[in-house]
Amino acid sequence: MAVEPLLADDDFVPLTGSGRTAPSLALLARPRTAAEAAGAVLARGSRGAVARGRGRSCGDAAQNAGGTVLDLTALDRIRGLDAAAGLVVCEAGTELGALARALLPYGLHPRAGGGGWTAGGTVASGYGNGVEAFELLGADGRSRTVRRGEPLFDATVGGLGLTGVVLAVTLALRPVETAYLRERSVRFRDVDALLAHWTAPGAVPEPYARARVEPAGRGRAVLTAAAPVPYAGLPRGHRARRAPLAPPSFPGPWAGGLRPLPGLARARAVPAYGRGPRAGFVRYRCAVPEGREEALRGLLALLAGRRSPARGARHARVERVYADGAGPLAFPVRGWCLTVEVPAGARGLGRFLDVLDERVAEAGGRVCLAEDARLRPALLPVMYPRLDAFRGLRAALDPRSVFRSDLARRLGL
Amino acid sequence: MPPQSLLLLGGTSAIGLATARRLIARRTRTVWLAGRPSPELDAAAASLRALGAGVRVVPFDALDTDVHAERLGRVFAEGDVDLVLLAFGVLGDQARDESDPAAAVRVAQTNYTGGVSAALVCAGALQAQGHGSLVVLSSVAGERGRRADFIYGSSKAGLDVFAQGLGDALHGTGVHVMVVRPGAVRAARTAGRPEPAPLSTTPEAVAGAIELGLRRRSETVWVPAPLRLVASALRHVPRPLHRRLPVAP
Ligand SMILES: Cc1cc2nc3c(=O)[nH]c(=O)nc-3n(C[C@H](O)[C@H](O)[C@H](O)COP(=O)(O)OP(=O)(O)OC[C@H]3O[C@@H](n4cnc5c(N)ncnc54)[C@H](O)[C@@H]3O)c2cc1C
Ligand SMILES: NC(=O)c1ccc[n+]([C@@H]2O[C@H](COP(=O)([O-])OP(=O)(O)OC[C@H]3O[C@@H](n4cnc5c(N)ncnc54)[C@H](OP(=O)(O)O)[C@@H]3O)[C@@H](O)[C@H]2O)c1
Repeated sequence: MAVEPLLADDDFVPLTGSGRTAPSLALLARPRTAAEAAGAVLARGSRGAVARGRGRSCGDAAQNAGGTVLDLTALDRIRGLDAAAGLVVCEAGTELGALARALLPYGLHPRAGGGGWTAGGTVASGYGNGVEAFELLGADGRSRTVRRGEPLFDATVGGLGLTGVVLAVTLALRPVETAYLRERSVRFRDVDALLAHWTAPGAVPEPYARARVEPAGRGRAVLTAAAPVPYAGLPRGHRARRAPLAPPSFPGPWAGGLRPLPGLARARAVPAYGRGPRAGFVRYRCAVPEGREEALRGLLALLAGRRSPARGARHARVERVYADGAGPLAFPVRGWCLTVEVPAGARGLGRFLDVLDERVAEAGGRVCLAEDARLRPALLPVMYPRLDAFRGLRAALDPRSVFRSDLARRLGL
Repeated sequence: MPPQSLLLLGGTSAIGLATARRLIARRTRTVWLAGRPSPELDAAAASLRALGAGVRVVPFDALDTDVHAERLGRVFAEGDVDLVLLAFGVLGDQARDESDPAAAVRVAQTNYTGGVSAALVCAGALQAQGHGSLVVLSSVAGERGRRADFIYGSSKAGLDVFAQGLGDALHGTGVHVMVVRPGAVRAARTAGRPEPAPLSTTPEAVAGAIELGLRRRSETVWVPAPLRLVASALRHVPRPLHRRLPVAP
């Protein structure tokens, strides 16, 4: 019998990324323990399984049409804290914002930041800042500890869940004296002025810096840098002086350029990123290497073009990236990162983004796979030259491709 | 997301091939041509290969419903299919078929019975993979019985209703069913030929409408689009008048 039997559709649910495009149906399992997760992997059907965090990434990376998807958000316990060493071990479904709030009374904050995403998702989607080790569930249903420096570590950071299910993560923490960052904004006439400022000799790295560029007109830009506020830096008479490590409970705006550390802001105060427009949207996120600023300028000019479907975007976001990612599929490239969110229905968007892909690939850059749902497969090896290393490792680790996703199928990972 | 893999049922169909060419220019890398083996089928495969797609041919006869599950199942076993285009069909010869019931039955069996069988096989496989689209080529001829082509028209009417219901049955399964109702389809206009009838269309235009419909996940597409209004007006024309209207086949 060549055709698979019909499925009982009741157990299958449609899933999308946060862009709400390209829905596909999968059997959703929500393990509450590591053992249940292993059980779900062993019980998967012929179409494999993949892990999912809070579905914050935009594309189809955390989907597996017709197969199993493991929703890990019930695995959200903090297993242990070593305050002296500045390390915390939490389960993979822990939301980093919740983790940041839990650690605040100890004067600690995750180096991985504190967004609405999960600890497992931050590993698998390739950020991996401050990730020291993790527990990885393999295709055989057994889990093992993987430490920084091992090849499997590098392959899993950015590995989009295709090397296994991350069950728990050891994250490095930084000490903080208060719950605040101080923000400083500088306005620029256009992109050239912004890039000139950013690349000026002697400019110091600013870890929280990002710029918003208007997609229309000359491209006015606002660069925002932020630094943690030491206790002595709190304004006189500020209520935080009495309890510097209390979570900022009131919604903004915060006085004196203060802003809560990532993950500590309450609902409405979160910067608009990640929420996006109501209807489906496409998040185009790409990296351009250092020294190829003209390519970045070209991309911004295309976005601002007269016929550009991206003119509907509120702004484009430009970040400076200070280090390459380590793994074969890691997204970060030392240089620049550009993000723009466009309504999915925008006319001519598909072909427009194909043109951007070509430019990015020509410049030696790449698009972020965790946000992608539309890349042309032929460009993948150009953007990720170490793709074969990843494929080789995956073939050795998981010869039957138990771990699969819509993204993996679409791009032939 | 434009489809990356296509299964064309009716591998030499002009509309099907125009759609395949269009989709290959987008994202389609893998094309399965299902059809009755013939030099034309091989030529169609070669023409798509020349555009850079990986093309494979699978023997398929709409009338041989017993082997549909096995033949088409083989395609799905090789990998996911993002789009199935059901484009086979015969127009028949109305005048001859009226006096040769066996020939009329062949039209009905090809268009309707064969369509039902192939669509059900593909729908099951698409449902199992949890995603994909099934596009069924109906015709404006199935909209209302017409003196000039009611044998063909009734077979398309049956297929059309079947496909609508199948679309509802698959609603919420991740599989999308789209019914396409073209008017008279002629090869692209060439210089010197008389102006084509109003509301006639070309395979390329149908292909464009299919691509747009896929992007919008439409359930019904008329080509050209104004045909929707014309058809809905014609629905209310009294029979004695409708009988006398000239129709292009
Ligand atoms: C401008 C911008 C800046 C961002 N900055 C950061 C940042 O600094 N740090 C950061 O972490 N994220 C950042 N993100 C978000 C990031 O793109 C991802 O959305 C997020 O990391 C993953 O979210 P999630 O946990 O909901 O995972 P999902 O979206 O559910 O999944 C994403 C991928 O991870 C895999 N995955 C999820 N959980 C596991 C697991 N337990 N084991 C194995 N694989 C798993 C999935 O299979 C999928 O491939 C940023 C996004 C934007 C737009
Ligand atoms: N052309 C129009 O004016 C028009 C208008 C409205 C709707 N349509 C419908 O649109 C569809 C495609 O039209 P088209 O113009 O592209 O058609 P076409 O060029 O005439 O092609 C018809 C296709 O059907 C195949 N076919 C016929 N009988 C078959 C059988 N028993 N088994 C397998 N395949 C069989 C043919 O294959 P072989 O090469 O083996 O014969 C051919 O590939 C058809 O369903 C048609 O009814 C057409």
